Formats: sequence, structure tokens, C-alpha cells
Amino acid sequence: MKLPDIDLYLIAPEIIITVFGFLVLLVDVFAPKGEKKGYLGVLSLLGVAIAFFYTLPLVGTGKTGFVEMFAADGFAIFFKITILIIAFLTLLISIGYAPREGIGFGEYYALILFATFGMMLMAAGTHLIIIFLGLETMSISIYVLAGMLRGDQKSVESAFKYFLLGAFATGFLLYGIAFLYGATGSLYLKNIASYIGSKNLLNHPMLLMSLAFLTIGFGFKIASVPFHMWTPDVYEGAPTSVTAFMATGVKAAGFSALLRVFFTALPAFQPDWTSIMWLIAVATMTFGNIIAISQNNIKRMLAYSSIAHAGYILVAFVAGNKLGTSGILFYLMAYAFMNLGAFTCVILLGKKGEENTLITDYAGLGFKYPLLAASMTVFLLSMAGIPPLGGFMAKFYVFSAAVEAKFYWLAVLGMINSAISVYYYLRVTVLMYFREPEREITGLSFSPAPTLALILALIGTFYLGIFPSNVLSFAQKSIAGLM
Amino acid sequence: MAENFGILFQWLIFLGMAFVSIVASLLVITRKNPIHSALFMVLTLLCVAVLYILLYSPFIAIIQVVVYAGAIVMLIVFIIMLLDLEVELRSKMKVVYSKIVGVFLALLFLFGLLYSVVAKPPTGEIGSLTPDRMANNVKTVGESLFTDYVFPFEISAILLTVAIIGAVILSKKRT
Repeated sequence: MKLPDIDLYLIAPEIIITVFGFLVLLVDVFAPKGEKKGYLGVLSLLGVAIAFFYTLPLVGTGKTGFVEMFAADGFAIFFKITILIIAFLTLLISIGYAPREGIGFGEYYALILFATFGMMLMAAGTHLIIIFLGLETMSISIYVLAGMLRGDQKSVESAFKYFLLGAFATGFLLYGIAFLYGATGSLYLKNIASYIGSKNLLNHPMLLMSLAFLTIGFGFKIASVPFHMWTPDVYEGAPTSVTAFMATGVKAAGFSALLRVFFTALPAFQPDWTSIMWLIAVATMTFGNIIAISQNNIKRMLAYSSIAHAGYILVAFVAGNKLGTSGILFYLMAYAFMNLGAFTCVILLGKKGEENTLITDYAGLGFKYPLLAASMTVFLLSMAGIPPLGGFMAKFYVFSAAVEAKFYWLAVLGMINSAISVYYYLRVTVLMYFREPEREITGLSFSPAPTLALILALIGTFYLGIFPSNVLSFAQKSIAGLM
Repeated sequence: MAENFGILFQWLIFLGMAFVSIVASLLVITRKNPIHSALFMVLTLLCVAVLYILLYSPFIAIIQVVVYAGAIVMLIVFIIMLLDLEVELRSKMKVVYSKIVGVFLALLFLFGLLYSVVAKPPTGEIGSLTPDRMANNVKTVGESLFTDYVFPFEISAILLTVAIIGAVILSKKRT
């Protein structure tokens, strides 16, 4: 009996995030009552920033720890950086949004930090138990965050729906993991792959079954069709800052686990999953975009658009080559900036008791709040894939990966979908600039924290669009250990 | 002779427990009175606990009885008693479209599982936890939790904390 080597530097970012989570809870307990408590958000921001600076020295070390259950390889580091950026921006938005909606207490910030902790584990785990525990920590935090607005029926409905369906999907994922263990006798991703290779277990029904279960479990988290039913209702009902966190963070973490499990443990089954994922990718893109056209609530529209974006990312997953995988990493980072930016605009347009989430509320915004309207336009155009913004480069890499892997039809369908999406993104822009406002929206307050988030998101979106090569080459280096 | 008798005895217990647990779980989903369902669920869980003992895992068997059959089902019974039972009792078993589809999918799922396990036997490598080592089952579990699996163990501590925070925040009004 002997303890494994414990290298705390390896998990320093996770430790810091957890410690700050508990710190926020404690400070909240001892704080005087009835205040606005914005400093809790600042404290959480500090935690994320410190974790970020402890993540950077790990770049390029490629170490593993805890009996090789936990990896600090390039892949994990890239995703941790993305996740920490998402958490940082979400917390910035929350400092403005949470006190306004009466949920700005310690537990809110602590749960966001714990969810971040879970996401980071999903990206770094090389053992299925770590990935599963990370996924559960993330999911449970998000279920609770979605239901934070207790007085709002939609928020409660959103939490309940997400919880029930999420628990069901988790059951499938666990079933898949159990089957994988039964067929190979290991939970280490590397050992699973080598055991399948050495025993030639291709086409073993147990493994195929587990492949199907894993697809369902991860497909739910990334909101791909046909496991997307929860998305619009949950995104609409949850507090907007949480919606932004869900659309970017949960998706990034879900894709990191999906990529890691499929490419490291089950590369032998690539021909099998390619055909399934091809269908899922096309269905996800098409369904998301077509339904998004008919939405009149901006949060629902962004929910369907996030389904569509999951489809574009799956295109690169189907391609399965190096360009595609690094494209996924790039895409998720670009998507984090533009989507968080768009949600920040949605939050800034609302005020206490008046969310203003109807698309018609955006009419005439370009004259009243020109800077807000201009930034919203930038984010929407980026999502539509217009150069020179981050979304364009992301889509460019994803589709060229599909072409490189000779999935011509997939690339064509993706581009058609991208063209469809321009319609509903531009619709909002047209309303903002060419339509008279239907009703007066007054008294918006631009508190400093969300405004800072907006500026950072704008910088990120432009940076990834104009100088994509830095991040792309970092992404290409990051996936070296994966494939 | 005695050895054969032992194996036969194991088989008889296995068949009996498997049969009872399947019947009981069917009763769980068909009873109209939720209390009856909950009690049949206890029976199912107890039978499964016996199956764990047959698989040389007394620790999981005990946990199954204490946590599931004890704590969780008791909570379920509590909740049923707090809620209004009348509505549930009055509602009649209606054959709805979604039910038919549900049964069909469940059967499909069952055949998928059966096929995948029966068509070719599981091929997993036999690990280090052989029946001899599992004789000291509780000790083995404890040892691996605090050595090889110390990191997942710590994560699950945070997971439970998150769950408690969530339960408190959602059930306690704070405005």
C-alpha cells in the first residue's frame, strides 16, 4: 500500500479555483447583510485570474499525474485556457447581472467556480472516472444555477427540465463507460485503445453498444440533434449570465471530453462513428438554423444558433484529421468570445424586472445606443461567419478540414447552413438600424464590469479574426498528444 | 461432492434472486399505489444486494442496503406521504401513444443489451481484484480509495459539497 506521487503543481489551477469557491462562500457568510456584495464577484474573478497564471507555466510540459489519471498535456491546457476565459467573462457579466436580478449572493459565484472546476477536469482527465466526476460536478452546478431565479416559473422549469433530462443522459454515459470497462477491463483511455488493438476487438457488440451510449451521453451535453430538446427551454428560462456560461462553457467541456475519449480510447472505431456523426452533424446544423429563423425571443434564437454551432463543430469532428481537430479548439475559443459578447449585449439591454428579450425590442437600438448596437452587430456577424471576424476563420478551418478529408457534401451542406444562418443574424441587425423602435427602452445602466466583458469579447473576436495564426498554431501544437 | 453442492447452491440462490428482482421491478412500474411501488423497489434492491454478495462484493452489497434500500427509498416514501396521493390513485392506466413508443424503445434497448452481452461474452482483461483478494473486500476498497483513487475520491467530496449547496439554495428562499 503506497500513496501515488502527488504533484500539486499539476492540479494547481483546479485547487485554486476550488479554494476560491469556498472562500467566496465563507466571505458571504461573514459579510454584513443587505449589501450588494459585488466584491464576491471580484473575489471570484481574482481566483480565475490566479488559476490562469498557474495554468500558463504548464504549457508544453506534457506531464501526467495521479497514477496517470490526470494529464496536463497541450490539449488539456488549451481547453483550460478557453474555460478560464469563459469563466472570467461570465463572472464579469454576473457582477452586473446577478445583483440586478437578486441572485448576487456567494453561492451563485461559488457554483460558477465549481462548475469551472468540473469543466477543467473533463478536459484533463485521462481516466474515465475523472472525466465522469468532472462532468457531474459541472452538471449539478449548472442545474442549480439554471434554477436560481426562484420567483420565475420559467427558471424553475428550466432547472427541472435540465436536471431530469441531464440525469437520464448521464445514465447513458455511465452505461457506456461500464460497457467499455466490461469489454476491455480498464478505465484508462490509453489502455482501452491498446487492449482493443491487441485483442482485435473490432465489431465486438459490447464495444459498439458502448460507443452508442457514449455518443448519447456526450451528444446531450453539447446539444446535438436529436439530443437537443432541452436546449431552447433551458436557455430561455435560465438567468442570462448562466445561459451564456452554458452555451460556451458546457459545450467546450463536452467537446473536450468527447474528443479525448473518442480519439484516445476508440480510434479503432473511427469508420463506425464517422458515419453516425456525419448524420448527426448535418441534422444538428440544419435543424438549429431552420428553427432559429422563426424565433422571436433573442435567447431562444441564440439557443438554436448554439445548436447549429455544435453542428459546425461536429463537421470538423467527422473530418477527424489534424486540421479538423485543431479547428475545433479554435472554433470553441472563437465561439466563446462571440457568444459571450452577444449575451452581454442581451444583458445590457435589460434592467431590473424588464429583460427586453424580444427580438422586436432591438428595433431602433442603433440610434439610441449606437455602441451597444454596433457591438451586437459585430458578434452576430461573427457568428454568421463574415470576415474579418473570429467566427469566419473558425468556420473556414472547420470546412476546409472537411474538404481535406474528402467530405465534400458535408462541407457543402455546412456552407448552405451558414448562408441560412446569415438571415436570422442579419434580421436583428436590420431591426436595430432600419426600423423605428416599437416601444421606448430607457434607463439602461452600463455598469463597468459587463462593459469590460463586452470590450474584452470584442477584442477577442477581432483578434481571432485578424491574427488567427497565433491561436491556430497553438491549437495545432496542443493536439499533438491526442491523435 | 461438497464443492458441487456449493456451486449448485449458488446457482439456486442466483436464479431465485434474479427471478424475484425482475418480478419486483415489474411490479414497481405497474402498481397504482406509489407506496406499494416504493416497497417493491426495496425488494428489488435487496435482491440485487444478494447478487453482489454472490459476486464477492460484500462491501457494495452492504452499501446497497444501507444507502439505497435504507436511506433513499425512505426519502421517496416520505415524499409520497407529503404529496397528495388521491390524484395518482384515481388516474386510470390509459394506453397512450407515448406509452406504446416508450415500451417499444425499452424493449429495443433490452434486446440491444442482451445481444451485446450474450452474442459474444465480455472480453475484459481479468484485473488484480481476484476473488481471493476480494475476501477482504472492505479493506481492498478502502485501500484503493486512499491510494490509487485518492484524486477521484477528493473530487467526489467537492461533488457532494456542490450538491448540498445546490439543495440548500434551491429549497431555502433568499431574497
